[in-house]
Amino acid sequence: MPEANKASGIPPSLDSLDRKIIAGLQGGFPLCERPFAAAAATLGLGEDGEEILLRRLCAMLQAGILTRFGPMFQIERIGGAFVLAAMRVPEERWEEIVASVNALSEVAHNYRRDHEFNLWFVLATETPQGIAAAIEHIEAETGLPVYPFPKEREYFVEMKLEARL
Amino acid sequence: MNENAGTFDPLDRRLMLATQAGLPLVPRPYDELAKTLGIDADEVIARLQAMLDTGRIRRIGAVPNHYAIGYKANGMSVWDVADESVDAFGERIGALEFVTHCYRRPRKLPEWPYNLFAMVHAPTREEAREKVEIIAALLGDACRARDILFSTAILKKTGLRISG
Repeated sequence: MPEANKASGIPPSLDSLDRKIIAGLQGGFPLCERPFAAAAATLGLGEDGEEILLRRLCAMLQAGILTRFGPMFQIERIGGAFVLAAMRVPEERWEEIVASVNALSEVAHNYRRDHEFNLWFVLATETPQGIAAAIEHIEAETGLPVYPFPKEREYFVEMKLEARL
Repeated sequence: MNENAGTFDPLDRRLMLATQAGLPLVPRPYDELAKTLGIDADEVIARLQAMLDTGRIRRIGAVPNHYAIGYKANGMSVWDVADESVDAFGERIGALEFVTHCYRRPRKLPEWPYNLFAMVHAPTREEAREKVEIIAALLGDACRARDILFSTAILKKTGLRISG
């Protein structure tokens, strides 16, 4: 298996400006008429800051350094559900099963992990019932059990990752 | 839990559909969204602000790919902690600066004895393991079993997608 998706092939080309943007813009993007200009001013990007920021964000999205730029919705507050689930996938069926799990739009993230439970994904649905339906669908399609790990409690954490390259 | 269930305003929902893949990368993104939705930019801004205030939006900003920003080791540390003390430990572990997510989840006995999940991101596996030892030290005898599952591939990372 490759070490990661396309992102792992990226050379460590982030410069100090990219790092500053990543560290400074993981939240708090302004809600105003010219938010990129306002954010650029906060980051101290200078006179052409708005244009520089937009260009950098586009480039980082294209390169896969950022997976998204925008609002992160908390579906549980809108009546939906997020559930972590795992499967034990036999090596010989790996490609087939990853393809069928990934094909579901309800699968928001999916990771391979080095454990007997080797496939870990997050289901995100607009209704709590959608989770059970997605699990049933995957079980029917693959013939393998899906183990849901719904969160019983979330302990407070803050966003604190900075670029390390 | 779901006190907001069924109260999602149709226009907020359309705003979510229009932004879930990302904001338009133009100087006036809220104007552009307003045009798409047929409302004023002021209303777009007010609705996004209201969704932030009520926690329907966690935050607005950049979502980095952990691998690409140098956190190559993504370790899901999992712990079996007695039910009566798991919450007190969970709060303390969640507060550690290197823990990015921390949850209590159900065990799946006999295959899966772990009820506390703490995600650790670090530049290397070795550093991630060192950090996991800090969690182990904090738990002490309260930890009855443990494991760490490193990710070896991101197979999908689109984030939430509802369909219109």
